[in-house]
Amino acid sequence: MSEKHETFYDVICQRGVSRRDFLKFCAITATMLGLGPEGVATVAHAMETKPRIPVLWLHGLECTCCSESFLRSGHPMASEIITSMISLDYDDTIMAAAGDQAEEIIHDIMRDYRGAYILAVEGNIPLANDGMACIVAGRPFRHQFDEAAKHAKAIIAWGTCASSGCVQAAKPNPTRATPVHKLVSHVPVINVPGCPPIAEVMTGVLSYILTYDRLPELDNQLRPKMFYSQRVHDKCYRRAHFDAGQFVESWDDEGARQGWCLYKMGCRGPTTYNACASMGWNEGTSFPIKSGHGCIGCSEEGYFDRGPFYERLPDMQQWGIESNADKVAVAGAAALGGAIATQAVVTLTKRAMTGKRLKDSGQNNGNKVGDGTAEEGKP
Amino acid sequence: MSQIVTPNGFTLDNSGRRVAIDPVTRIEGHLRIEVNVDANNVIRNAVSVGTMWRGLEPILQGRDPRDAWAFVQRICGVCTGVHALASVRAVEDALNIPIPKNANTIRNIMHLALFAHDHLVHFYHLHALDWVDVVSALSASPKATSELAQSISSWPKSSTGYFSDVQQKIKRLVGSGQLGPFRNGYWGHPAYKLPPEANLMAVAHYIEALDFQREIVKIQAVFGGKNPHPMWLVGGVPSAINVHGAGATGAINAERLNLVAKIADQTLDFISQVYIPDLLAIASFYKDWFKLGDGLASKNLMSYGEFPTLANDTSNASFMLPRGAILNGDLKQIHEVDLKDPNQVHEFVEHSWYRYPDDKAGLHPWDGKTDMEFRLGPKSRGGKDGTRIEEIDENDKYSYIKAPRWKGHAMEVGPLARMVIAYANGDKYVQELVDSTLKKLDLPLTALFSTLGRTAARGLEGLWAAEKLKEQVALLQSDIRAGNSSTANTEKWQPETWPSEAKGAGYCEAPRGALGHWLYIKGGKIDNYQCVVPTTWNASPRDPAGNIGAYEASLLGVPMADPKKPLEILRVIHSFDPCLACATHVIGPDGGLLTEAKIL
Repeated sequence: MSEKHETFYDVICQRGVSRRDFLKFCAITATMLGLGPEGVATVAHAMETKPRIPVLWLHGLECTCCSESFLRSGHPMASEIITSMISLDYDDTIMAAAGDQAEEIIHDIMRDYRGAYILAVEGNIPLANDGMACIVAGRPFRHQFDEAAKHAKAIIAWGTCASSGCVQAAKPNPTRATPVHKLVSHVPVINVPGCPPIAEVMTGVLSYILTYDRLPELDNQLRPKMFYSQRVHDKCYRRAHFDAGQFVESWDDEGARQGWCLYKMGCRGPTTYNACASMGWNEGTSFPIKSGHGCIGCSEEGYFDRGPFYERLPDMQQWGIESNADKVAVAGAAALGGAIATQAVVTLTKRAMTGKRLKDSGQNNGNKVGDGTAEEGKP
Repeated sequence: MSQIVTPNGFTLDNSGRRVAIDPVTRIEGHLRIEVNVDANNVIRNAVSVGTMWRGLEPILQGRDPRDAWAFVQRICGVCTGVHALASVRAVEDALNIPIPKNANTIRNIMHLALFAHDHLVHFYHLHALDWVDVVSALSASPKATSELAQSISSWPKSSTGYFSDVQQKIKRLVGSGQLGPFRNGYWGHPAYKLPPEANLMAVAHYIEALDFQREIVKIQAVFGGKNPHPMWLVGGVPSAINVHGAGATGAINAERLNLVAKIADQTLDFISQVYIPDLLAIASFYKDWFKLGDGLASKNLMSYGEFPTLANDTSNASFMLPRGAILNGDLKQIHEVDLKDPNQVHEFVEHSWYRYPDDKAGLHPWDGKTDMEFRLGPKSRGGKDGTRIEEIDENDKYSYIKAPRWKGHAMEVGPLARMVIAYANGDKYVQELVDSTLKKLDLPLTALFSTLGRTAARGLEGLWAAEKLKEQVALLQSDIRAGNSSTANTEKWQPETWPSEAKGAGYCEAPRGALGHWLYIKGGKIDNYQCVVPTTWNASPRDPAGNIGAYEASLLGVPMADPKKPLEILRVIHSFDPCLACATHVIGPDGGLLTEAKIL
């Protein structure tokens, strides 16, 4: 490890940021992480004492939307993260060095920070054709990935590509594009799905790791629970229209102009676990449903094979428009009971798995058990 | 080969020392460049190798054409939306679906916002470090930097204190030994020519632009829900308009339009007061780079035309930037480009890792055909038994990029092509923009055909886009005021209304150049889908006749100070703004079966 361990606080002080502003930043971070008032001190302490952690950000088969999303983060801003919170020593998209000078960095970091760097992976790894569908530095990407993964402290799988496959892994998956967690056995993997993930979810996961010096609690698909435990439908601002039976029936109809529910237009909000409806995109500017288009479920495994996107999810229960509050309350209690029962099963299942990472969570759709009301969208 | 002359007029000599750059960074995707340098370290042969392949087209077969935009949008998350736009246009063309005027305007707004964003981010975050020495900024005088900044722009963040703070920030970064993305850069390289103050100003604006760029894309988020990868719709746009009545908060309303208008204003301010002045200031120290890196630029340029002012009208009378091709540098004649003509666009694979029934023959995208065939030629070095590839044999197949040709010609596409074609087509505004810029730098029109010419054209187009963005926002508002709130045509939304078979083509000018999608629809499903993208044109390998593509041509004659530190190569290649994920996923209708890799 490097001798000089400059902390985030050191950097921020020397940049002329006041103690007051620093604490304000900590408060925003604490709020974002859902830590409450006492969390501010925890965040501040961490920022004052922790060194900047080296991050190697590798790119496999991908479209760079994750990097682009990361750069959109408003709190903290990407420039803050890159200059003050982490040391982003390798990232093909923005790094100054190229070719041999770039490759040298990976080797240096693996040597100097063995077991102490974070590996971030955007995209996935093609296995067909000896992995030659993605060649980096004259070798299959698989080799670069394997070496960097071996000695990482943890691996963050950015986006749906790295988490579960995304578009190039849709049928027939010509390159045998394979998500990160299926190729790693001894290093913890955190999946941060979404195409791309929300910017502040990405920076939130990173700052959580830095703040607490531990990995976030994960669900059985290795997703941080803090951002992926609720469905878009659960927090959707149009949910009331779903419950009231007010639906968009056709694009640009009166319902569309009133902002009614997009369920009948194929919205995948009811089966998609993501924070879009609560956090919003681009610093809360909007999210797909708010702009009039249903969710396509881009953070869910295999979402491209669950189309067509404009075909509605079958058999969704909703409150009838003729219901009164009493009827709704009774029905609600019954439904809630069912939901609690199924949720309990999920919780027990998850509890049984606590402490060990699922080797292949792609086979396990435990979260779907808790849907209660939702079926898969596959016709 | 030792020395040969290509049919398109370039002399290649691969007898000198071979140098490989892999990965080429600060691009989208994976690219390898190999060059041969002579005894004076001047590049005499260049080989452009696309090194990734995703195979999206076979994945599209059998899908609902209304879904296609979401698949192909994932081709690229940097120029996000361009493939979605080309896709919905291709489906609308196949099914003959006209879109409402507002939908056309909103698409223009989203696309113009992307142009402004993409060009800005390219300049500062993908290209600037080729010209700006971050470490040199440490020795700048903040006071002199402030004076420099104030002499070229009225941008308010220009005080001595401001630049002093930025300098402290860089000092801390360098002093910590953890340089992050600046680690192992080419700092101190003799090809860096900016004085320390210009370096400090540029680094300050690198950080400012990084913070500001996230504002521009909020325009896409307003209409498309998110960025990257906003939502699109066949037949229009998904966002409904409601500015008057109840429920307006669920649609595009007065507040949303105000937000878009404000961001459009800020975008124009940033580009005109930061980007353009920086571009001119930096360029003035590198005038020799207005002579290097020409390649195809002074010969063959092409644009498909973009930004229809009239919905559903893709004639040059409607386009803000015209469609056309220039051949052999003759700016007096703009050739008609017809993407549906089977005799115009062809793709070749003799030097690509794909196989045709006849590798010597080209195929129109509608008839495109590809089986992957990865192999390294007999003269390549390394790559056997999992070892590193040391040298690629360009006489054999050598790239995942196909070689597209227009009427047999290798073409350059991109902002330079668009600006030159608009200029040649008599666009007074573009002429004024180009002429006044060249005058400030005391350069002739021919200076455009170069590395910095490309970079300058991109900047000017960014400014152009920011101005047009404001106009289109104003147009949307005035049309809404006039009572027009329609955003989608749903007459042919249901597949039952479609013919049993249809074929269509959709084009757009992406920030990086001409983009085309061609598709067949059969029984309501996609039967075949093919994309030919900007970087396929520019990064193209050789064709069967031996013509070289734009990247390879532009590197010839470029001198390197130290071949081990390939700064000059990065300058030339970055001036095209490569997007390899776009370029290297291409596959034809029956390309599902893969052969196993054969490494000879």
